[in-house]
Amino acid sequence: MVGTKCETCGRHFFPPRTFCPDCRRAGKIVEHQFTGSGTVVTFTVIHTAAEAYSMLTPYVLAIVKLDEGPQITTQIVCDPTKAKIGMKVKSVFRKIVTDGESGIIHYGTKFVPVE
Amino acid sequence: MVGIITYGAYIPRYRIKVEEITRVWGANAADIKGGLGVFEKSVPDLDEDAATIAVEAARNALKRRNVDPEKIGAVYVGSESHPYAVKPTACTVGEAIGATPNMTAADYEFACKAGTAAIQTCMGLVKSGMIPYGLAIGADVSQGAPSDALEYTAAAGGAAFIIGNDNPVATINHTCSFTSDTPDFWRREGQAFPRHGGRFTGDPGYFKHVKGASNLLFKEIGTSPKDYTYAIFHQPNAKFPQKVAKDLGFKSEQIKPGLIVPWLGNTYSGASPIGLAATLDIAKPGDRIFVCSFGSGAGSDAFDITVTDAITSKDFHRDAAPGVMQLLKDPIYLDYALYAKHKGKIVMQK
Amino acid sequence: MRDVAVIGIGCTKFGEKWESSFRDIFVEAGTRALEDARMSGEKIDAMYVGNMSAGRFIGQEHIGALIADYAGMASRHIPATRVEAACASGGLAFRQAVIAVASGMEDIVVAAGVEKMTDVGSDESTDTLTGAADREWEGFMGATFPGLYAMIAQDYIHKYGMTREQLAQVAVKNHYNGARNPIAQFQSEITLDTVMKSTMVAEPLRLFDCSPVTDGAAAVIVAPLDRAKEFTDTPIKVLATAQASDSIALHDRRDISTLDATVAAGQRAFKMAHLTTKDIDMVEVHDCFSIAEICAIEDLGFCKKGTAGKFTADGETALGGKIPVNTSGGLKACGHPVGATGIKQVYEIVQQLRGEAGKRQVDGAKIGMTHNVGGTGATVACHILGRV
Repeated sequence: MVGTKCETCGRHFFPPRTFCPDCRRAGKIVEHQFTGSGTVVTFTVIHTAAEAYSMLTPYVLAIVKLDEGPQITTQIVCDPTKAKIGMKVKSVFRKIVTDGESGIIHYGTKFVPVE
Repeated sequence: MVGIITYGAYIPRYRIKVEEITRVWGANAADIKGGLGVFEKSVPDLDEDAATIAVEAARNALKRRNVDPEKIGAVYVGSESHPYAVKPTACTVGEAIGATPNMTAADYEFACKAGTAAIQTCMGLVKSGMIPYGLAIGADVSQGAPSDALEYTAAAGGAAFIIGNDNPVATINHTCSFTSDTPDFWRREGQAFPRHGGRFTGDPGYFKHVKGASNLLFKEIGTSPKDYTYAIFHQPNAKFPQKVAKDLGFKSEQIKPGLIVPWLGNTYSGASPIGLAATLDIAKPGDRIFVCSFGSGAGSDAFDITVTDAITSKDFHRDAAPGVMQLLKDPIYLDYALYAKHKGKIVMQK
Repeated sequence: MRDVAVIGIGCTKFGEKWESSFRDIFVEAGTRALEDARMSGEKIDAMYVGNMSAGRFIGQEHIGALIADYAGMASRHIPATRVEAACASGGLAFRQAVIAVASGMEDIVVAAGVEKMTDVGSDESTDTLTGAADREWEGFMGATFPGLYAMIAQDYIHKYGMTREQLAQVAVKNHYNGARNPIAQFQSEITLDTVMKSTMVAEPLRLFDCSPVTDGAAAVIVAPLDRAKEFTDTPIKVLATAQASDSIALHDRRDISTLDATVAAGQRAFKMAHLTTKDIDMVEVHDCFSIAEICAIEDLGFCKKGTAGKFTADGETALGGKIPVNTSGGLKACGHPVGATGIKQVYEIVQQLRGEAGKRQVDGAKIGMTHNVGGTGATVACHILGRV
């Protein structure tokens, strides 16, 4: 997970931002590799999904706060009954969605519980 | 000296037991388990494929040693289940580990030995001084046709090796191969499942080529089975590697750590690579390892490897990533219906 | 800045209007508004139309021109503008119309809202609505619109301990009101059981916690207050118009179960009108999901954060309660033709203030409020209206 960091104020951004909203022009933005470690802030179990994701239901959708600060929306790969607010998670590389049978496969980051 | 700088493996969490598959097709579980020596096999999650497995294996390798991904000059991924027929898995892997854009890449296919072919290519590029490091991966989400014998063993998994000559944890002293045009097992373009020649896959396939490559290596460098601490052979089931090891003169203790097919199944391009990874997980400096892969079509790649002091040095952290035994632990078992859903074997509305 | 009044209102019945097209429904709503204002179309100076996604629902863009054309105004070449802010499109269209009149730029302006959602299948409409959220960072990751509000609900429940039954009461109350609203999509009351036993959509939200897919259109006409009597005996004054924005993605908000844009817009509206929550007789809030109403009444200040569940279960937001909320039936029971909702909210409040709300009339209604949200709270528009 490569995002950015503002060296002026220390704030991290994922997805990457090229302009710090706090420091604005005074902010020095550099690339930053995240550890992929985070905590579940809130979550739900999706039972009715968009067609392209329907094979995965029921799946856990969550907002994860990365250790470095930013919050992201993502899936947690786990037994839906085991998902908890406050759970520690780490990133994994998975297929996110496919554009049908002949289209592009989109890969990305999901999370699994840290055991 | 060229060798393995670091390595990593990845095995999905899900499994299906042989008796669950026999239940569906009305076969005899005891016969199958007895005949193949396999109890269960790994199954990919709904959002996993050869590319995600390759990335996880590569990332596990990078967790163990401080290698600058930008110095990886080549990425080769061997698989029978590349997600695209055209668009290399190697590009996705390269991007996901930060090795792009200054690198070469390509995907390999050579049935179950595509991963070891990738290792050989990386060795050549490193030895010739063309690249500092090369990444070779064998990864698969292998398919077996429903009710076919292959369905009991076709499994999912992969292993990655970073090849270089800067203080490797294991030197690859020699490699050679034995190749012929043999139709023992194949899959035509556009077909979902491979086909095979039944008993023809044995002697004219597996045994001829594994013995061919092994004996060629012994002759070229003057070694014999007793010189090795461990040996890893391609493992489509537990019987073939045990028989070829015995025929060549290896003892069962030598092949034990690398023989994981009973609980993993045959991960095709991942098979020999994962066997090697499992062996490196427990190897000590000075151990000598013999590897001989086999890919239908057909060919075998043999390797003579010596584990170095670097494997226990502060430069290499074996425990920073899960070992093969760790990856095999705590599986989640599926019934055949969910297994079929995971493997895309259920006909859906197009 | 001039005072602005609503001088005419019109609305179609909301529902699955298989026999009516996009063009049919906005003409119907517009015609009714003109009739209500006893006015002929020639008097209209400008038009603002709220519509979220005609492009995906009926393959049609350029809505402003289309509506002006089919409303018979093409030959007069009036300025016609489409306004979009997902589910807050209607509220923003109303605000633009009010600003046009208040500034003196225009005199008689139509603010309309229209959405025809049933010409596509549910997969397409679900995906279209996901465009109200952050497509790239929420939708792409597998978030559905109910899924996002479900995460708001889980966060709220985790922090404040509201019970599932309390949350379900929102839908029960709104259906009760909808059954008394001739234009509502759902005309029948429901029980707590109906909600609690309905299909799970995204935990903890079930089918009956979610507003439906609806076709519908609404139109209101605004004019300078000092000209209102030319058109109506019951002009309704616009006491405040307010709008606020926030991050599009839920994960970028300061607090997941507080819609800061609601707080900001609400405060701005009260400040502009020199009023407080105590002065409001009834409020139409944006209950796209039951949890949205819970957050809305707290974030607007009608009750303290964390108490709306009990407040609702105690009947304080019912027709006879302390502050009737969603007398129209809300989005849940009245229906939610996305772009039309914000205008329908004004339509309901005007009816209440005129004493024309029939079985759902709030006695002595003098001041009403509307609250319209886009997405999970990235846009909010609030208006306060009062009897003259």
